[in-house]
Amino acid sequence: MTGFGLFRRTIFAAALVPAAALVYGFFTNDLTANPIDYITDTTGYTAITLLMISLAITPLRRLTGRNDLIRLRRMLGLLAFFYACLHFSTWLVLDWFFDFASMAADVVERPFITMGMLTFLLLIPLAATSTAGMIRRLGKRWQQLHRLVYVAGITAVIHFWWVVKADFREPRFFALALTVLLGFRAWWMLRPRLSSRF
Amino acid sequence: MLIKKPADIPYSEVTPKHLYLRRREFIQAAAAGTIGGAIGLSPFAVERLNAQGRAKLPNVRKSPLSTSEPANTFEEATGYNNFYEFGTDKEDPKANAQKFVPKPWTIKVEGLVKSPATIDLDAFIKPHALEERIYRMRCVEGWSMVIPWVGFPLADVIKQLEPQPSAKFVEFTTLYDPNRMPGQRYPVLQWPYIEGLRLDEAMNPLTLLVVGVYGETLPNQNGAPIRLVIPWKYGFKGIKSIVRIRFTDKQPRGSWEVAQAREYGFYANVNPNVDHPRWSQATERRLGEFRRRKTEMFNGYGAQVASLYTGLDLRKNY
Repeated sequence: MTGFGLFRRTIFAAALVPAAALVYGFFTNDLTANPIDYITDTTGYTAITLLMISLAITPLRRLTGRNDLIRLRRMLGLLAFFYACLHFSTWLVLDWFFDFASMAADVVERPFITMGMLTFLLLIPLAATSTAGMIRRLGKRWQQLHRLVYVAGITAVIHFWWVVKADFREPRFFALALTVLLGFRAWWMLRPRLSSRF
Repeated sequence: MLIKKPADIPYSEVTPKHLYLRRREFIQAAAAGTIGGAIGLSPFAVERLNAQGRAKLPNVRKSPLSTSEPANTFEEATGYNNFYEFGTDKEDPKANAQKFVPKPWTIKVEGLVKSPATIDLDAFIKPHALEERIYRMRCVEGWSMVIPWVGFPLADVIKQLEPQPSAKFVEFTTLYDPNRMPGQRYPVLQWPYIEGLRLDEAMNPLTLLVVGVYGETLPNQNGAPIRLVIPWKYGFKGIKSIVRIRFTDKQPRGSWEVAQAREYGFYANVNPNVDHPRWSQATERRLGEFRRRKTEMFNGYGAQVASLYTGLDLRKNY
């Protein structure tokens, strides 16, 4: 295995640690006195973290010139989606136990849940079109479609921000990180146009 | 044959373990003449302590005001706490409060009261018989527990303190000491934590000053050495580690109200019909149960407290 292949597998394994810890915690009865909330928080936190890291790949690649980093991007995006699925399922099964009426009311009336739902819905087409076949078939439109991840990043941060009661340090950190990550892209997009004017 | 259980060793005969372990320091300090009365005879300092440093509280009466619902476990009630002075995650208080030493402790009584004073905790508690009250506790976040508190009615204390006729509210303040309460080093909330009650709410027989749980002294993470419990209100009204009680004619502004007045009002009565702006209050999860259960008006204490709010619009006065 090449050095990079090992690196990639290590990252993959590391990203599965939070899920493994939840499984272990479940069997050792160590998920706090409120396991449902704890699972919700952990899966959501891991999902947004991985989403941010996946958004960091392109800027990192351009700044370091290490083009093989691109081979991490899909994996990280799919891992983020994996945790988003766990996060959503926790809400669906553990929190509400398929009480669809209450859930629908929640989505409509609770802005933070609306935002979370929107984020999840945005990630579905991205995950669905992440295969090599889909990339080939969609061609140029694939890239256009996958710009939705910027929107998902923003809605994810808003979702986190709105669920917090008073301690905004974590959502603020993610908002800052996202601003920097999207800022790079905006700068790279706008720079050629600005410089051509002078 | 009747075999009598030997009486508990009186308080004054037993030295708390953590003091015992530091006895050389104390002997040295005492020899140097610096300690003096610091090692007073505290009902809490000198009962027999268990391995965790908590003392079993003696002569605790059962109360008819207790619920018959099964109580949550000690681990649940003492391992899952909102006490931002020790961190904002639910497990932070237990992790970060272990080194906190809630003594010596005094309570400052001030404002519109017969004789303002600073009272040593032991003297403050001494006149009151301890009783166990098993209450439901509903957190504003949508979870609940059933907890066997030990304490005495706040009403008894207020009667003794004799507020002036102009006093309409009671305001409570938590200790402010960022060195001992590391959560206060960051302004998550306005420190010190403040909470308040209308005087008639404070006088309600359900309102309890709490010094213990599960028959033992309060663990630090639950608000040692003395806290408030108002079972028909959301948990955040139950201010912890109280150092000041002030009688006033103006409605106090609690720390949560200062942080988000739209979300946390002065009354904060448990009310399934008035939602938190960001989430529903119609249901709650009792810790240990899987399915949500319906939240009851006034947390099920309506018979005792609903009359306090006759004519008050509870939608506006949330």
